[in-house]
Amino acid sequence: MKKIIIFLISLNFFIFSPLKAYSTNPGDFVSELVNDAISKLSDVNLNKEQKYKFIEKIALENVDINALGLYTLGELRKSTEKTTILKYQKTFEKYFLKSLTSRLSDYSSSKFEVVNEDKKSSNYTIVSSKVIPSKGEPEIKIDWRIYTKNPEKPLIRDLIVEGLSLARTQKEEFASILNSNNNDINTLIEKLEEFLNN
Amino acid sequence: MNLKKYTKIVLPIILILSFNISTVKASDECFEGVSRSIFKFNLAFDDYVLEPIAKGYSKLPSPIRTGTGNFTSNISTLLSIPNSLLQGNLKQVGHASGSFIVNTTVGILGFLNPAERLGLKPHKEDVGQTLGAYGVGPGCYFVLPILGPTTVRDSVGLIADTFVDPFAQITLRENELLGVSGNKLDYYSLKGANAVDFRSDNLTSFESLEKNSIDLYSSYKSVYLQDRENKIENSNNDNEDWGNLDN
Repeated sequence: MKKIIIFLISLNFFIFSPLKAYSTNPGDFVSELVNDAISKLSDVNLNKEQKYKFIEKIALENVDINALGLYTLGELRKSTEKTTILKYQKTFEKYFLKSLTSRLSDYSSSKFEVVNEDKKSSNYTIVSSKVIPSKGEPEIKIDWRIYTKNPEKPLIRDLIVEGLSLARTQKEEFASILNSNNNDINTLIEKLEEFLNN
Repeated sequence: MNLKKYTKIVLPIILILSFNISTVKASDECFEGVSRSIFKFNLAFDDYVLEPIAKGYSKLPSPIRTGTGNFTSNISTLLSIPNSLLQGNLKQVGHASGSFIVNTTVGILGFLNPAERLGLKPHKEDVGQTLGAYGVGPGCYFVLPILGPTTVRDSVGLIADTFVDPFAQITLRENELLGVSGNKLDYYSLKGANAVDFRSDNLTSFESLEKNSIDLYSSYKSVYLQDRENKIENSNNDNEDWGNLDN
């Protein structure tokens, strides 16, 4: 029995071990991260739960979820109390991870290629890439907004799929909810919690 | 309707819009309550009509779907030619004209797309985009039954398209052009095929958006407005305000 437990713990450690450190160069960072995710998502030996856990971990380490949460709040982030912001960020993180794993559940194998990187400032580099689906569907262009303030630890802040920014879409969705509820951040948090409980 | 009448009706509208619309942000709603009701109706229409047809269509062999997509896309190039010209984009006039000629002849009425292999890649242009390129702002946002999201500028453009588009002239207005004639059924069939082809290409994206939105109406609005901005600028807008979010 003890052996089995040790084996299971080791297996768990092997699958969900601290993620390998990706390159600090934005283009290589995106390429390595996505190819790592693709290989895990298409691994037939992993079940859905294990794939979700991996994706969550990869997102927590490599996506700037806190900044994304603040960005989606718009101007309200400046006038809201810190404790409320912290409560919002906690809920937003859960919301982000749930919607991310849900989006990836329908994953089908694709080829991924970084085609260009454009350094916008010392803080931002846009990495352009394309996804070539295996079923002969049209390729998808994805731009990655990489935050490079700490050059040793690049972070993903936004994905722009065929010109559509996921962060902006999220921000405008939240703005609509806030506008129709007197800019009450608590209503937004409630809506996010509703989503999480469904 | 002849060109004189068209100019009399459309030009004043464009002039009025160009002075008034630029002060209204696209994110402003014309009549949100009504738009949300129409949006609900459109979702039901999609659930019961468009999505089932698109799902059936997506099961057809790939060459049939690609051929249909190529065919509808080739005909819509006809609308891009005059609009590229109106925007003064002669390179795109060349791409659109060349692509239409090559695909209609060598590409067997547009079912094949040999023009792409020749490096001809026409942008899709319409009157709404042309007005945008002239500096006309989008005006307020609303939702049309069946046709979906739009703005004041784009809805005016939608009507103007039927005057500028040679295919609409032949079919919708039943005018003979270069010995080619058609009828309204041809026009609506093509628009229908275009909608089914687009919906089928985006089955997963729509489903994902529906599953993950807490206000689907606003998500569609944002996606529509971003797409139109990109099409008008012929590039991806990358001017988002992230500046002061430094860790």
